[in-house]
Amino acid sequence: MPMTLTEKILAAHCGRADVKPGELINARVDLVLGNDITAPPAIKEFERIGVDRVFDKDKVALVPDHFTPNKDIKSAEQVKMMREFARKYQITNFFEIGCVGIEHALLPELGLTLPGDLIIGADSHTCTYGALGAFSTGVGSTDMAAAMATGEVWLKVPETIKFIYNGKLNKWVEGKDLILYTIGNIGVDGARYMAMEFTGNAIKSLSMDQRFTMANMAIEAGGKNGIIEPDDITIRYVKEVIKRNNIKRAYTLYKSDADAKYSKVIEYKCGDIEPQVAFPSLPSNTKPISKVGNIKLDQVVIGSCTNGRIEDMRIAAKILKGKKKHKDLRVIILPATQRVVKQMIKEGIVDVFIDAQCAVSTPTCGPCLGGHMGVLAEGERALATTNRNFVGRMGHPKSEVYLSGVAVAAASAILGRIGSPEEL
Amino acid sequence: MILGKAHKFGDNIDTDAIIPARHLNTHDPAELAKHVMEDADPRFAAKMKVNDIIVAGENFGCGSSREHAPIAIKAAGISAVIAKSFARIFYRNAINIGLPILESKEAVDGIKEGDEVEIELTLGEIRNVTTKKNYRSAPFPPFMQQIIKAGGLIEYVRRKIHGKNV
Repeated sequence: MPMTLTEKILAAHCGRADVKPGELINARVDLVLGNDITAPPAIKEFERIGVDRVFDKDKVALVPDHFTPNKDIKSAEQVKMMREFARKYQITNFFEIGCVGIEHALLPELGLTLPGDLIIGADSHTCTYGALGAFSTGVGSTDMAAAMATGEVWLKVPETIKFIYNGKLNKWVEGKDLILYTIGNIGVDGARYMAMEFTGNAIKSLSMDQRFTMANMAIEAGGKNGIIEPDDITIRYVKEVIKRNNIKRAYTLYKSDADAKYSKVIEYKCGDIEPQVAFPSLPSNTKPISKVGNIKLDQVVIGSCTNGRIEDMRIAAKILKGKKKHKDLRVIILPATQRVVKQMIKEGIVDVFIDAQCAVSTPTCGPCLGGHMGVLAEGERALATTNRNFVGRMGHPKSEVYLSGVAVAAASAILGRIGSPEEL
Repeated sequence: MILGKAHKFGDNIDTDAIIPARHLNTHDPAELAKHVMEDADPRFAAKMKVNDIIVAGENFGCGSSREHAPIAIKAAGISAVIAKSFARIFYRNAINIGLPILESKEAVDGIKEGDEVEIELTLGEIRNVTTKKNYRSAPFPPFMQQIIKAGGLIEYVRRKIHGKNV
């Protein structure tokens, strides 16, 4: 029976030759993860199950990245709970401050997420790893607890929407703009419960970093998962992380059958797509950069699990080189991992940012969810390369968040208002 | 049988509105309950009564996977959420923790703020006691009904692992 990429991975993980959309399955997980906000409730629930070990101590990842380095006493207690659980159950992949990074950039870097894997995470942006041709989806803490105990998760097989991106990206347009454009086009529930399969020659031309960016925001269209068929670019990336981290595990390359059934096929011409800006307060409230108008900013945030990888930092540094941020705003840089930080130092990128008067943070989710490291006051307005801009997302309920790609964010940091690098 | 007063909300009520991130340095249900729906309606926690029902538009619970959202709602004493549609992760979280949820566009259109609403969960029946109109929600698939009957996913898993004598 012809199947989509998503269906094939799900079938393989419940031991069946094929599965159909709508079916409820019990699937074996290759990795289950949680962070400092979602792991504590999961730990509480896990203890209630009454087993004396996790299903596989190598297949659980505990990543304290949201309110860390410990932002207050309560947050310190939450991380302490994770640490003690990791020690008690000998969890291989618990990351202490100094090693930790933003989960959805860190785990691929360490070779813990591979093509063909089935990954669940107590974080909605777990869909990020679909960029590698894995099935990866966000779940709650209870699902995380049950999976830590049993190694399984219940799932409904989703229908797949095939997105085809044709042509070449316009100047300054990134993977971030493609996904913002898509969410603007179909709405925040346009892919509700569906798998979003990103295809087309424009996708094949994207680097891994940009593919992660796209898959990261599948949830913002309501998607169950985002997924990209693995190709030479994927394989090159995977071979490198496997070698660097001495990974012994095998990976599987799946692709959708030519006659697989899709619920919808949506085609876009990349020639039509400008850099996008999502206005408050939905990620779907998008406008092309040429129609943004005059929006003065108090803060620009560059980084996060969406756009905190080395390529993103390079794009920002190229624009900010030799320039200073606008005097009326603050710029916060959120590199996603320590490896990215080291690379930034090596390439002189940290110098560029500091000379431009930007604050360079240690890896943390920080201000993305209004936690710490750059929260907004009443009436303030931020432009961020993050993934969400609901009311109160970055701080005060009466603050505003706009979303964009890295090039627009860097240019806006200089201009003091939302604008394109073309204006510099 | 569930019986309570309806509180109406619009479309796309997201998890940041249901339980803002500034309160996520705790996972204590009683603490979370104090701030339920705070950024959608700052006065909601104070004005709601135990057994009240949330009645909302499309895509309720969109955004984060944080289970703190349905936990806050359940801990505050909300007896059920009726919505035109639910975001995926919120939907499964609600089932997993045993928070009753029902999907029905007609019911949401037919219920006003303050109406008395009765719910028969196993049949998916929603009765607006104030207007005397009845609505039906699609029943859950058998597997999900088992989870709900057990009281949530953890109870269901416990029974599978330890047998029925828990």
